[in-house]
Amino acid sequence: MDILQAIGRGFFFLDGGMGTLLQERGLCAGELPERWNLAHADEIVRIHSEYLAAGADAITTNTFGANALKYSDEELKAVIDGALSCARKATDQAGRGYILFDIGPSGKLLRPYGDLDFEDAVELFAKTVRLIGDRADAILIETMNDSYETKAAVLAAKENSSLPVFVTNVYGADGKLMTGADIPAMVALLEGLGVDALGMNCSLGSAQMARLLPQMYEESSVPVIVQPNAGLPREENDKTVYDEDEAFFAENLLSCAKDGARMLGGCCGTTPAYIRRAADTIKGTEPLPVVERATSVASSYTHAVGLGNVPVLIGERINPTGKKLLKQALRDNDVGYILNEALAQEKAGAHILDVNVGLPELDEAETLVRVMCALQEVTALPLQLDSSSPEALARAMRRYNGKPMVNSVNGKKSSMQEIFPLVKKYGGLVVALTLDETGIPATAEGRLKIARKILRAAERYGIKRKDIVFDPLAMAVSADPSAPRATLGALSLLREKLGANTVLGVSNVSFGLPNRELITSAFFALALGRGLSAAIMNPFSAEMIRTYRSFLALTGADENCSEYISFAAGLAPAASVTAAPAKAESVPSEGLRGAIVRGLKDQAAACAKELLRSAGALEIIDREIVPALDEVGKGFEEKRVFLPQLLMSAEAAKAAFAEIRGALSGAGEEQPRKCAVVLATVEGDIHDIGKNIVKALLENYSFRVIDLGRDVPPEKIVQAAEESGAPVVGLSALMTTTVPAMERTIALLRERLPACKVIVGGAVLTEDYAKKIGADAYGKDAMASVRYCEEIDRLSKRG
Amino acid sequence: MSYRSYYPRLRFPPKQALRYLGYRSAEPEREVLAELERVRAEVERAMTPAVCYVRVPVAEEGEELVLSLVRTKSEGLKRNLSGCGEAVLFAATIGMGADRVLSRYARVDPLREAMALAIGAAYAEELCDEFCRDLAKECAPLYPRPRFSPGYGDFPLSAQRQFFALLSPEREIGITLNDSLLMSPTKSVTAVVGLSKTPCRPNARCADCERTDCVYRASEED
Repeated sequence: MDILQAIGRGFFFLDGGMGTLLQERGLCAGELPERWNLAHADEIVRIHSEYLAAGADAITTNTFGANALKYSDEELKAVIDGALSCARKATDQAGRGYILFDIGPSGKLLRPYGDLDFEDAVELFAKTVRLIGDRADAILIETMNDSYETKAAVLAAKENSSLPVFVTNVYGADGKLMTGADIPAMVALLEGLGVDALGMNCSLGSAQMARLLPQMYEESSVPVIVQPNAGLPREENDKTVYDEDEAFFAENLLSCAKDGARMLGGCCGTTPAYIRRAADTIKGTEPLPVVERATSVASSYTHAVGLGNVPVLIGERINPTGKKLLKQALRDNDVGYILNEALAQEKAGAHILDVNVGLPELDEAETLVRVMCALQEVTALPLQLDSSSPEALARAMRRYNGKPMVNSVNGKKSSMQEIFPLVKKYGGLVVALTLDETGIPATAEGRLKIARKILRAAERYGIKRKDIVFDPLAMAVSADPSAPRATLGALSLLREKLGANTVLGVSNVSFGLPNRELITSAFFALALGRGLSAAIMNPFSAEMIRTYRSFLALTGADENCSEYISFAAGLAPAASVTAAPAKAESVPSEGLRGAIVRGLKDQAAACAKELLRSAGALEIIDREIVPALDEVGKGFEEKRVFLPQLLMSAEAAKAAFAEIRGALSGAGEEQPRKCAVVLATVEGDIHDIGKNIVKALLENYSFRVIDLGRDVPPEKIVQAAEESGAPVVGLSALMTTTVPAMERTIALLRERLPACKVIVGGAVLTEDYAKKIGADAYGKDAMASVRYCEEIDRLSKRG
Repeated sequence: MSYRSYYPRLRFPPKQALRYLGYRSAEPEREVLAELERVRAEVERAMTPAVCYVRVPVAEEGEELVLSLVRTKSEGLKRNLSGCGEAVLFAATIGMGADRVLSRYARVDPLREAMALAIGAAYAEELCDEFCRDLAKECAPLYPRPRFSPGYGDFPLSAQRQFFALLSPEREIGITLNDSLLMSPTKSVTAVVGLSKTPCRPNARCADCERTDCVYRASEED
């Protein structure tokens, strides 16, 4: 019988902690356990046999750390061959037992928090997977405490083997992985990738795992695995003992079994005696069925957002269509602007963020991946990857940390052929537009018909109904007065006839009309009334948020109207419906200069706005902002002002500049800029606070800053300096170990751009050291770097 | 085999955090303190402090000091451990959640990034101190020596690899080591704590250090 059939039949028992038994049998600290597959094969076979005799239905190969980081290619093959033959020997001797090929974590952390690239991680696991062949019954990816690494391992398994894939993650007592994902997020990610069973192992004892189990069962549509530790280890008379005994462990496993776990075993400290006791205790109990869960979800690396209950808001602001500043930011590679848009939408109440970066002159796939990765560094909201390019979607879906929303597929054969295989492979909640080769049907029934066709096609690709959310297409009422009726009718039909979730880009409805917010929000209310599951909308629109909050209160989704009450209480009087949500700020008596010196952001903006009525932009910069910055900068140099205050002033100045830029661009002018400066933290170094501080100050002093981020290779720095024509490059390094990378970067700059000046800074550097590695200047602090760049700017203008 | 301890409720040492931000005796502005408290609360919500450790005999082979898998010729560590028959090696972290807070700010907000860094570092120090206080109780009648980390004095950072081989902090509490020998989560510490029969004076950790101009140097009354 094949292993999945066996699991389908009833409880399936796994083995326990291999590492514990190896230590008991003499594995030394620091010794690689997989070498025992060759050196002590008999011991390994014996351990497998003991678990089989104790009642385990499957044994796990001794390959937890068998990867190319720990072994040469040759030895890797040898330990894997050894492991598989030990396992086969044990099952042959016992006459029963399935073999799970074990894959543990790499021991490295993936970018952005660590230094292992996602694709390198996939390749690392793939090297191991390719050596398994058909010698196991399934692959068990276990003890994974990072969702991103889990995804890399599952992709490697799926791409290089046809064996079933099981996955267990390490949860803390708070029900989250070390890198943040909760149970619904992991279930969404793993089921999206098509794993055959999922669950938890290691770290927690059986009592703690039993508490998390019910939620895992409630979320999962595949069999649930539970493999706890025998509690926490402690030392007793020079021996390691665990604080859960066999009986206690077995009782808790029984409770897991009753709550829905189907595959049960142990991890650290669970000897065959634990497995025997658990199997004996659970025998006779009826397992809960594996149930297909109907909820449509998208997830990030921390949490999942479900459709179908409370309507979901998808922020539409990261889309260059009609947005001049965003277009400019994309062209300038100014990710900071996009990130701030994302954070502002999150603050305004968006649950998911749409990401569209399509501009004809950009490589969309490359840009989408880059922006998506940057967004996942700052926001935990799930993303909706929005592109008409299948290649861009494919690359972004592959690297996305979680289960994304995907925008979009439609009823055209070509679209379904391109998009559905991606959804099947990478997982995703896909938006399906109800249009096809014949266009957009004018009637609700016509759109329903296309929806049915899309569902049938999806099924052929093995995509579940719940992973399709239909967009019946909102169109401009100014062009066709009957358009909204068809769209709203389709919403009702899709919900009633198909039980499907729906999404609409609601803003389209008001295209071509004045005061668009009014029409859009009224249409939004109508759509919500028809059961709209999610809206792609502008979360900065006060009208839209008012409509949303009111709808929740009116439909009982806001208990005791409490959210509405606190929202409404914070609103300005009804007269100013179109005014920005910013509160009127009191203007400090010492004016803009004082507000900046004291680091009062809101006041600085208010003062600047006030001043703009009577003074020119340049005058304000010269008379107020620059003197304020100089005052604070001087205080910092004289050690009267400390770093936080310096940065608060920088923030205040930035707020004032935002007002001034707005006024200038309204008048068709631009703020005069100083020269360009390229900033980077050198290759190998992931600390960028110093560089970020310098950047904030340089921007205040009107430099055009090109920030390349951290861990930047020399070639990239030279290239950026070349393209921008920056007369000065600032490099930062925090570790003694990365100073050589700084030296290499300087050497390459000297060779290729001899006129370009280099200033260096960072905790480990000194004036002498900076000279030694060939820098032109040493920035002992942020202000020193500003002063140096000002000097270069003056020289470059003169010369 | 290493052991684990968790510290869900860690005290916050404000003086330490302010020192990391450059304040020594000066009193920070009211706005700075208010913002610092907001960021502190955020870091606290996100962090999951944990320690894993092993107790090993202290031995010498020729010029090498041998602490199980950790072998070094460091004179500084030898001085620190002189007279100790045993030592505890530990790895401590305030967890990945704090790095997520940091990463969020690193791209867009250097003020709060600097604050979160200082706060995270202060919490990490406090975690180590708290662990060593527990160790003092656990190891009585022996006394813990001031902790000594790879990278202190002549104890090379490369000893990190041996620490990791011995403690498996990747698996135990989720600390990983990158190619530059830096740890993730960034607010993590590895260290040796000698167990001695005689008590040692407080703040010896900084008092023994040769770099007297260090801004982070603890004063005698800290």
